[in-house]
Amino acid sequence: MRLDRALHVDPGARPHPGILGKARTPRPAQDGGNLARVLTIDREHVRAIVAHARRDHPDEACGIVAGPAGSDRPERVVEMTNAERSPTFYRFDPTEQLKVWREMDERDEVPVVIYHSHTATEAYPSRTDVAYAGEPDAHYLLVSSRDPVEVEIRSYRIVDGTVTEEEVRLTGSVTGPEPG
Amino acid sequence: MSIEVRIPTILRQYTGGAKSVEASGSSLGSLIDDLDARHPGIRSRLVTEDGKLHRFVNVYVNDEDVRFTGALDTGLSDGDSVTILPAVAGGSGAAGTR
Repeated sequence: MRLDRALHVDPGARPHPGILGKARTPRPAQDGGNLARVLTIDREHVRAIVAHARRDHPDEACGIVAGPAGSDRPERVVEMTNAERSPTFYRFDPTEQLKVWREMDERDEVPVVIYHSHTATEAYPSRTDVAYAGEPDAHYLLVSSRDPVEVEIRSYRIVDGTVTEEEVRLTGSVTGPEPG
Repeated sequence: MSIEVRIPTILRQYTGGAKSVEASGSSLGSLIDDLDARHPGIRSRLVTEDGKLHRFVNVYVNDEDVRFTGALDTGLSDGDSVTILPAVAGGSGAAGTR
């Protein structure tokens, strides 16, 4: 069983170095595949995603982080409407999805990260998550907002029905926004 | 009759990697049959065994979600554009999932 350190994100807390600690690296998969085994993402994007999950709790929150095609760099968080508005399911509104995908096309971007939250269970892909995973190049980022203080953030590749967990490597400044 | 069909990453294995292909048909259903004739196997990823559009895909004709225009019965004209995107969905689901 892999253990992942919960990232403590409390917007009201006074920031201090290490508030977003490095997630412990899970043991890499043994299948020798050539997928990148790490999601490198700026802390600010993770903060934004967690804030989104908290805001929509108990409904599942969902969205993407777009980045330049071929770069594997998530750069632009785009919150998406959960057309299911449900505490157990999410679905990108298809018309909104077309608009966002078109926009990415125009900017030569791809959805580097597809994120959603689980509001009462752990941050691990469900059968539904795996069945629907239709973007083989994306990192599937899962946030669990089930605990009111601690947030669990884990990332996965889902290709051909196979889930491979990967390390989440945070970049950017450790200090949060200025207090008060 | 020529209709441009934009193909998502996950289906490009059927089109030899092409992001966009041509097909013809007076309805979305017949267009998908034509697509499958040119790129065998692609139909099974779009249409279920009982002849309905798969819920895992979104299909748009001229940017309109075909769920609102008659699904596979949506009429097509020369010069129309069809876009296929994988539906993005999931969730923790009912009890019994991890």
